[in-house]
Amino acid sequence: MSWEALYLIFQIPQFVIPAPSGILAETWEWRYRLVGHTWVTLYETLGGFALSVGIGTPLAVMLVYNPTLRNALYPLLVIAQSIPKVAIAPILLLVMGAGEVSKIVVAFLVAFFPIVVDTATGLAGTPSELIDLSRSYRASQFKTFIKVRFPMALPFFFSGLKVAITLAVIGAVVGEFVGSDKGLGYVIVSATSYWKANLAFGAIIILSILAIVLFEIIVVIEKIVCPWYGSEQTH
Amino acid sequence: MIKVEKVSKIYRTQENELIPAVERVNFEVKENEFVTLVGPSGCGKSSLLKLVSGLIPVTDGTIHVREQLVQEPFPDVGFVFQHPVLLPWRTVLGNVLFSIEMLGKKEEEFADQARDLIKLTGLAGFENKYPRELSGGMQQRVAICRALIHDPSLLLMDEPFGALDAMTREEMSFELLRIWEERRKTILFVTHSIPEAILLADRVVVMTPRPGKIERIFEITLPRPRVYEMEFNEDFKTLNSEIRSLIFSSRKEAS
Repeated sequence: MSWEALYLIFQIPQFVIPAPSGILAETWEWRYRLVGHTWVTLYETLGGFALSVGIGTPLAVMLVYNPTLRNALYPLLVIAQSIPKVAIAPILLLVMGAGEVSKIVVAFLVAFFPIVVDTATGLAGTPSELIDLSRSYRASQFKTFIKVRFPMALPFFFSGLKVAITLAVIGAVVGEFVGSDKGLGYVIVSATSYWKANLAFGAIIILSILAIVLFEIIVVIEKIVCPWYGSEQTH
Repeated sequence: MIKVEKVSKIYRTQENELIPAVERVNFEVKENEFVTLVGPSGCGKSSLLKLVSGLIPVTDGTIHVREQLVQEPFPDVGFVFQHPVLLPWRTVLGNVLFSIEMLGKKEEEFADQARDLIKLTGLAGFENKYPRELSGGMQQRVAICRALIHDPSLLLMDEPFGALDAMTREEMSFELLRIWEERRKTILFVTHSIPEAILLADRVVVMTPRPGKIERIFEITLPRPRVYEMEFNEDFKTLNSEIRSLIFSSRKEAS
């Protein structure tokens, strides 16, 4: 409301920062095509996220159980993490083409690090007493992992997932910025180059809603999977 | 039941430093005897428990439990630690049966025994509660049930009441004695509280630190069942101050 009022008072040109009424109108006008673009960005995000979970989780397990591997891989992971993904996105697109695959890979690269770090932290934090107890009962390492260590690490795993899903959205959009002909990132780039600020803002709002909805879905899953942490839930 | 002979344990740190934890320790524990290990922190009490249970190997010497040389962990033992470390996603009953599951036995077959134990430890009615709904003292009772459910002949307790408030702690000591009267076990109990060590035990093993050595072993002849009022008894007071001066004199020597 106040945003809208500012326009009436200061007469800001619509092509710089558009008014909410204009954004809504133009977004509605483009609704059918925006649904298609949203769908593209959504599955690139989910693809990258799924890859992050599928690769990040086993990697975290290996890092915790194998000290040699940990010493060898951890520095590499940190280096890989410190390379700006925005900078290597063009190279990835060059190698893998401008299709969805390159966007999924960018989303994966951006999102997998928090999953590895958080899951590894959770697994390493198993109370030593429980490990001693399991050992004294001669339970196998695998059984201890399934029955004790992984469930104990679930809150950490989920906090990794929550960070990763929002990063995966960013990764997919960065990939689209660099070069694509669909997706919300593409809509933002092309709309601004045609001075269609209303549409660009509409795409940004859809993108934010997408990220929030995905995040909340993970929060809900967390509450279903580990309700015992429900009272400590913070987000 | 337990025979510890000339046992030494030396830890090697990551910087390759050698840290002696216990040195040439000898003691025996008889069947169904309640023995407490008392001493200041760093005297290797907890290490000794881990050595007896086979969780860590001895550097030198031998440990026999029931005539068997201890070389690896064995399941005929129940553990209670300073913190209850219950599984937050399991109910009280589920936590008690955790031992059974990890031992690879069928949980259904032990459900009745678990309920009996829960009743014995004063937790009747809480079977389906989750750990976060229980007080610290109640959580520790669950941990005791978990240690007893597979009916081990040996119970190892590492400062089990150390994290509880003073009142709960006293209550739990007598609870433990009551449980022990009903379910006789050999108990090796580590504590840094001298009155607690005397009140519970048949014998008190006094340890001194750096490296951990056994200073003396006291026979406690106070009659059973033990009651709170015994703390005002002259014998009790004499023992208390004797053990105290033993520990403190060794400290002065060390510094």
